[in-house]
Amino acid sequence: MTAIDVNDWRIALVGTPNCGKTALFNALTGSRQKVANYAGVTVERKSGVLHTASGHRVDLIDLPGTYSLRGRSPDEDITRDVILGKLASESPPDFLLCVADATNLRVALRLVIELKRVRRPMLLVLNMIDIARRRGVDIDLDKLSAELGVPAVTSTAVRRGGIDDLLRRIDDIAGKPTGEIVASEWTTPAVSDLRAAQREADRVIGAAVSEPAKPDTWTTRVDAVLLHPVWGMVALLLLLFVMFQAVFAWAEPAMDLISGGFDALGAFSATVLPEGLLQSFVQNGVISGVGSVLVFLPQILILFLFILLLEDLGYMARAAFLMDRIMGGAGLHGRAFIPLLSSFACAIPGIMATRVIDNKRDRLTTIMVAPLMTCSARIPVYTLIIAAFVPNKPVLGILGLQGLVMFGLYAAGIFSALAVSFVANHFFWRDSATPPFMLELPDYKLPQLRSVLMNLYQRAMAFLKRAGTTIFSMMVLIWFLASFPRPPAGATEPAIDFSLAAMIGRWIEPVLAPIGFNWQISVALIPGMAAREVAVASLGTVYAIEGGNEAAEQVGHMLAGQWSFATALAFLAWYVFAPQCASTLAVIKRETGGWRWVLITFFYMLSMAYLAAFVTYRVALAMGWG
Amino acid sequence: MSDPDTRTLEAMQTTPLGLAQRGFCGRVSAIMVGGDHLGVSANEIERRLLELGIVEGASVQILHEGPIGRDPIAVRVNGTTIALRRREAMAIMVGEHDRAAKTVP
Ligand SMILES: Nc1nc2c(ncn2[C@@H]2O[C@H](COP(=O)(O)OP(=O)(O)OP(=O)(O)O)[C@@H](O)[C@H]2O)c(=O)[nH]1
Ligand SMILES: [Mg+2]
Repeated sequence: MTAIDVNDWRIALVGTPNCGKTALFNALTGSRQKVANYAGVTVERKSGVLHTASGHRVDLIDLPGTYSLRGRSPDEDITRDVILGKLASESPPDFLLCVADATNLRVALRLVIELKRVRRPMLLVLNMIDIARRRGVDIDLDKLSAELGVPAVTSTAVRRGGIDDLLRRIDDIAGKPTGEIVASEWTTPAVSDLRAAQREADRVIGAAVSEPAKPDTWTTRVDAVLLHPVWGMVALLLLLFVMFQAVFAWAEPAMDLISGGFDALGAFSATVLPEGLLQSFVQNGVISGVGSVLVFLPQILILFLFILLLEDLGYMARAAFLMDRIMGGAGLHGRAFIPLLSSFACAIPGIMATRVIDNKRDRLTTIMVAPLMTCSARIPVYTLIIAAFVPNKPVLGILGLQGLVMFGLYAAGIFSALAVSFVANHFFWRDSATPPFMLELPDYKLPQLRSVLMNLYQRAMAFLKRAGTTIFSMMVLIWFLASFPRPPAGATEPAIDFSLAAMIGRWIEPVLAPIGFNWQISVALIPGMAAREVAVASLGTVYAIEGGNEAAEQVGHMLAGQWSFATALAFLAWYVFAPQCASTLAVIKRETGGWRWVLITFFYMLSMAYLAAFVTYRVALAMGWG
Repeated sequence: MSDPDTRTLEAMQTTPLGLAQRGFCGRVSAIMVGGDHLGVSANEIERRLLELGIVEGASVQILHEGPIGRDPIAVRVNGTTIALRRREAMAIMVGEHDRAAKTVP
């Protein structure tokens, strides 16, 4: 069949949170948007292209999940604006794919009834039909669409062949010309409308679904432990503890392998390259610098693996449930725990995830404290210093002292985040009470090996790309600063003393000397503003150049020889708080719509970093660790 | 799914879900939000509860209680589980199930 010349269809996916919209979007378009088992994963509008079997092109739009078009939080506003065509830049979608979780039809069908008033052609997609069937839910599809007045199809987004019916339907739709856009009749539903719609949804379900109201027994059993008032908290703490211990302990063999590889590479480059600037650049700038960061790839992947598993299993909402009162005590929304937990990976998705928080103040507070959570870019810094200065003694038999210090640093991040939000709420907002917390607890799902591996691979690639771009360019910069100008002939001091790096470092040093930082640290902090782990690489380069070519040691060994224990501790304290990440600040600006919150965040974090490092340094000196 | 007439439910003895214990099993008889909650209007709270499927006639069961002050609570509403604070649950008036009440999970 020759494709008739028709406009490309623009089809939007809409549905309640966590019903599998993004999983369908990925399956239909071959994209790799984030999918996880909790409400509020997607917080942006994403588009992708799908070519149907008979060659039609369809533009598919994935949207944040929502219970209604009312738009209660920034993510739901996006969905409403796209569906109702309120955006100046684009017309409303031609067609709505209403996605429903087949195991949770009541809420989904109520939304479908509300969406009918938008007066757009629709198709109801009963997703997760695999789970529904396994639980013995029997849905009469024809009856359902007849009662509802909306055609329906079933799908399993995460199985091969699970979307074949849906693809056929989309192909049919795309073969026809897009209809005239009829004006929407949607108005904000009043409580009576909501009641009526729910009653109607329940009537349809009563007519078309024979639902043995049999809840997932597996979830109930697991939750009996994980949501237990005592065991639940124990499990949460244990989980975090194991996670950080694992990051420290399990990665070691792989890290040794990588660092051994870079050492060999450095030694090899020294033999093949003639002595001089080029050799110094390759050995000190590239291999010592970039290599010192790449070594941390295994640790970062282990951390991501843990977070991915928690997200896919469905634990995030449970953690929010357990932490609600504690967060509430600090003046944060219970839901804020999910963005904060995501910030363990990186503050950027964490800050974006705050879009699900409806209260503006709560959202701002959460954005402000998210960078305090220990992100993966701090791992290289922490690991390096801990490995160099903390002996690896066993504590209480099974735990390592190093892992314990690492856990302490993570705890410091969490407690300072809670403390800052407490202060913000009680002294700045002067409003200690917290708005309502209502969150769906999804059934547990077994993570799919393929998608977990795919995600890890993506993370690894992103990390390598960063190492190749941001980190590499910063390394070139610091190598240049540390190498030029060249020392005058006959100089007896180390060459680096004449360099720009030494000049800049010595210029800043007086400000940082009270917290125990020398000029090498001072200058390394400058490229470290771009990204935290760059500081490690910069230190590697500066000390490598300073030590001369024969001293192509690992950064950690060099630091252990150069720094006092007090300086090392102050450096760790600094890194718990310092706002050393340009991308985080950029995202704060975008999400809050201005510089105000960027400046507030930057300066409060900087002051805390200085104060924490100062106190740590002074206390350490008093303990005789100078 | 039977949707009992709300009028017969009103005749039953009702309590706020916010005061119920773990294991409680019942049916929603009315949503009555006491007042505004810190900038969120009573009407908005009511809508949010309704949007989660908590309407008159829905069966509810308290599955879990939070670690501090037994708050928040995890409530099974028909098939799904929803976490909410007791303060908001005060708005959900429930009548106890005659037999099901004994079956604590
Ligand atoms: N078994 C099964 N699991 C599914 C199916 N579709 C999605 N999932 C899982 O359901 C969870 C939610 O999927 P998402 O695609 O993130 O849901 P969403 O609707 O985009 O969620 P929000 O973005 O939060 O609104 C994930 O854990 C998916 O792996 C399905 O058809 N079958
Ligand atoms: Mg999504």
